[in-house]
Amino acid sequence: MADLTTIHGARERVVHTGGVELCVVELGDSARPTVVLVHGYPDSKEVWSEVATRLADRFHVVLYDIRGHGRSTAPKPLRGGFTLEKLTDDFVAVIDAVSPDRPVHVVGHDWGSVQSWEFVTVRRTEGRIASFTSMSGPSLDHFGHWIKQRMKRPTPRKVGQLLGQGAKSWYVYMLHTPVLPELAWRGPLGKRWPKILERVERIPAGDYPTASLPSDAAHGAWLYRDNVRARLAHPREDAYAHAPVQLITPLGDAFLSPKLYDQLELWAPRLTRRTLPAKHWVPRTRPDQLTAWIGEFVTATEELEDGVPPQQKAADGKYADRFGGQLVLVTGAGSGIGRATAFAFAEAGARLIAVDRDAESAARTAEMAQLIGAPEAWAEAVDVSDEQAMEKLAEKVAAEHGVVDVLVNNAGIGLSGSFFDTTPEDWKKVLDVNLWGVIHGCRLFGRQMAERGQGGHIVNTASAAAFQPSKALPAYSTSKAAVLMLSECLRAELAGQGIGVSAICPGLVNTNITSTARFVGADSAEEERRQKKSSRLYGLRNYPPEKVADAILAAVVHDKAVVPVTPEARGAHLMSRFTPRALRAIARLEPPL
Amino acid sequence: MTSAVVRELSAELRGFREVQTLAYECAEAVAAQLKPGVTEREAARMQREWLRERGVRDWFHLPFAWFGDRTAFTGFRIPLQFFPTNRRLEAGMPFILDMAPVFKGYTADIGYSGCLGLNPLHDKLLADLEAHRELILREVRERRPLREIYESVDRLMVRQGYANRHRAYPFGVIAHKVDRVRERRLNPTLFGFGTQSLKGLASDALHGHRDGWSPLWSPYRFSDHPPQPGLWAVEPHLGFRGTGAKFEEILVVTDSADPEESAFWLDDDLPHVRRWAEGI
Repeated sequence: MADLTTIHGARERVVHTGGVELCVVELGDSARPTVVLVHGYPDSKEVWSEVATRLADRFHVVLYDIRGHGRSTAPKPLRGGFTLEKLTDDFVAVIDAVSPDRPVHVVGHDWGSVQSWEFVTVRRTEGRIASFTSMSGPSLDHFGHWIKQRMKRPTPRKVGQLLGQGAKSWYVYMLHTPVLPELAWRGPLGKRWPKILERVERIPAGDYPTASLPSDAAHGAWLYRDNVRARLAHPREDAYAHAPVQLITPLGDAFLSPKLYDQLELWAPRLTRRTLPAKHWVPRTRPDQLTAWIGEFVTATEELEDGVPPQQKAADGKYADRFGGQLVLVTGAGSGIGRATAFAFAEAGARLIAVDRDAESAARTAEMAQLIGAPEAWAEAVDVSDEQAMEKLAEKVAAEHGVVDVLVNNAGIGLSGSFFDTTPEDWKKVLDVNLWGVIHGCRLFGRQMAERGQGGHIVNTASAAAFQPSKALPAYSTSKAAVLMLSECLRAELAGQGIGVSAICPGLVNTNITSTARFVGADSAEEERRQKKSSRLYGLRNYPPEKVADAILAAVVHDKAVVPVTPEARGAHLMSRFTPRALRAIARLEPPL
Repeated sequence: MTSAVVRELSAELRGFREVQTLAYECAEAVAAQLKPGVTEREAARMQREWLRERGVRDWFHLPFAWFGDRTAFTGFRIPLQFFPTNRRLEAGMPFILDMAPVFKGYTADIGYSGCLGLNPLHDKLLADLEAHRELILREVRERRPLREIYESVDRLMVRQGYANRHRAYPFGVIAHKVDRVRERRLNPTLFGFGTQSLKGLASDALHGHRDGWSPLWSPYRFSDHPPQPGLWAVEPHLGFRGTGAKFEEILVVTDSADPEESAFWLDDDLPHVRRWAEGI
C-alpha cells in the first residue's frame, strides 16, 4: 500500500461501504460543481493527478481509489467482490459523502469509464449524475450488443471489426487465467511496468505509477473475471444513459478500436464526440486537452441545468470532434488560404489567433471567425519575417492563451522574374518572409509545443513550386523548396514527441498573392499588367482557397507529411518522382504572362 | 439634360418606383408569413399570388426563394438550381426572396434578404452590404467602365472575407438593364423569364453589340464600357460559408454632366436602406 497521497493540496477522507474502506480525496472549493474522476486498470487515483490539479481551480474535484486499489481496502473474498453492482454501491457511497445535495459530473478512464457507464445507465443514480465524460472504456453492455450485432449479420467489414477488436483485447483473455496474472504483476511485470509505460505510451516520468501498482493490478484482475464474460454474454437491454455524455476517443489506443462507438448515439442520445491523436493513457499524456474538454462540458451542462441558453451555437464543422476548444495560430490569416484556413478551424470550434501583417484584415478574420463557431478569436498584427516581433508574439501567446495546439505557418509573398533580374534585396525579402517566417514560427511555437510534451501539429504552407522548377520563379521556388525540406526534417525530429509536421503544396489557387506579387525585371506599368494578367489567370482557374483549407485540416487529422492540393499540383508531384526530366523540360517554357 | 427630358423621365421613374415599392412590400409581407416548415416553392407561390392579387400579370422573371445554404448558392452549377425547391425553412435560417414583376408596363427586379430568428452572421453580412451600395454608386458616377466597377466590388468582397456569389449568376452578372415592357393579353414565360422582357433584353443586346455596350453587367470584356444610361437592376450578392445575403434594386443612370444626376438609386426608402439608417 502506498504511503501518502501524491496529489498536492488534497483533503483526504475514508468512506465505509459494503465491508470495504474507500480512500477519497477532494480538491478545490466544495461549493463549486463536483467532478468525480474514476481511475482504470491497473491504476490508482493518482493517474488523475495532472488533470485533477488543473481542474481544481474551477471545480470541486473528487478522486477515489476503487476497492482493492491504492489506499482502499480489498473485499474478502476477492471473487465476486468486484461486480459492477458493488462498484456502483461504492460510487453512490462516495457521492453521498462528497456531494449529497447536488448531482455530480463523472469522468472515467479505462475501467473507470466502464464502471461509470454502469453508473450512468442504472436507474438508482438517476438525478445524481449531471454529466459523464468517457474515455477509453466502453459500456460492457453496449460492447455485448456490438458483438452480437456483428455476429448476427457478418459482412466482411463487420467480421474485420470483430477480429480487429478481438486482437486488441488479448489482455482480457490473459486476465481470465487463474493465478498467473497475479504472479506476473507481483513479480517481474510489476517491476518493469513503469518502464514499459514510458517506452510504449511515452508517459512522462514522475509520480505515476504509484508503489501500490503490483497489488492494484493483481486485485484488479477480478474486475475482468467478475464482469466481462457475464455482461458480454447477456448484455442489459436498458443501458441508456440518463445524463449527457462526452466521449473522448484517443485514436491511437492500442486496446480499443474507435469503431466500438459507431452507434453510441442510440444509447446516449445527448452525445458529444471528441477525438484526439494519442495513445491509451491520456490522463497522463494529454492533461491540458482533457482539462479543457472536461471543463467546457461540465460548464455547458451546468449552464443548461440553470436554464442559461448556450452562449454560442455549437461548432458543427467537419472536424469539430478533433479541434473543438484547441488553440490554433494561423499566419497570413488576413486573406487567401490563411483566412480560409482560419475560418475552417473556426467552424470546427477551435480558438483562434489570426496573425497578419495587415492589422485590419487580421481583425476582420478574427471577427468573422467568432461568428461561425470559434469560441474565442484574437488578431495580431505581426510581420513573420521580423524575428523580435515573432518572439514577442510567442511570449504573449504563451502568457495569455497557452501553448498552441496547431500552428499554421502560411504567410508568404510572391516574386516572379528571371534569376539575373532578381536583386539580392529581392532574394532577401522573399527568403525573409517565405522561409524565415516559417523558421521563426516553428522555432518559437514548435519549441513551446515540444516542451509541453502533449503533442501538437505544425502545418507549413509550401507550394507546388517547391518541386516544380520554373525559369519564371527562381527565388519563390527556392524559398518554398526550403520550406518543404524544413518541414520534412522537422517531422522526423518531432515524431517522437507526438508532434506532426505537414507541408501543404497548394498549386494555382485563386488568392490575392498574384495581385501583390512582385515581377522583377519589369517597370511598374508592366508589373501591374502582369499582376492583373496573372490574377485573371488564377481567377479563371478559380480553385477556391476553401478547398486548400479543407486539405490542411485533413492533413492535421491524418498527420500527412506532404500534401499537394490541386490536380496540377498532384500531377507535378507525381512527375517530380517518376518523370523529373519532363518536369525540367516544362521549366524552360515561357509563362503565359 | 433638358428639363423636358427630366420631366418625362420623372414620369417614367415614378412608374418604376411604384412597381419596385410594390415588390418590396410583397417581400416584406411574405417574409412576415414565413415560419419553420415552409418550403421554397410555397414561399415562391406566396409571392406570386400576392402580386397577382394586386394586378401583376407579367414578369421579368418569376419569383424565386432560397433558404439556408442555398442563399449562398452552395454548389450551384446549372441555372436550373435557381428554381425553388422543397427545402424547408428552419429556425435561424437565412432566406432570400427575389422577384421581378411587371406592373402597368414597368419592371422591377428586387432581392430581399431575411432570416428566421436570430443569426448574428447574417446580420453582419447585411450590414456589410451597405459599403457595396455606396461603392457602386460612387464609381458609376465616376463613369468608370462597368467591368472595372465589377472588379472593385469583387475586391471589396474579398477584403471583407466573402465570396462573390453573383459569379454564380448566368454570365456572372452583377446587374442587368430593365426597361418598360409592352402589356399583352398573354404573357408566357420561358424558363421562368417573361418572354416580353427577354425580347427587350435581346434587342438591347443586339443594339448594344453594335454600339459597343451590353445590357449585362459582367466581369467579361463585353462589359468594358462606361455605364450606359438607363435603368439597371443591381444585385451584389455576398456568400460566406453557407450563408448568403444580397439586395437588388434599380440604379438610374443618365447622361447628365452633373455627377449627382448622372446616377442615383431609384428609391432610398427600401427595407435594407432603412435598416442601415436605423443602425441595426
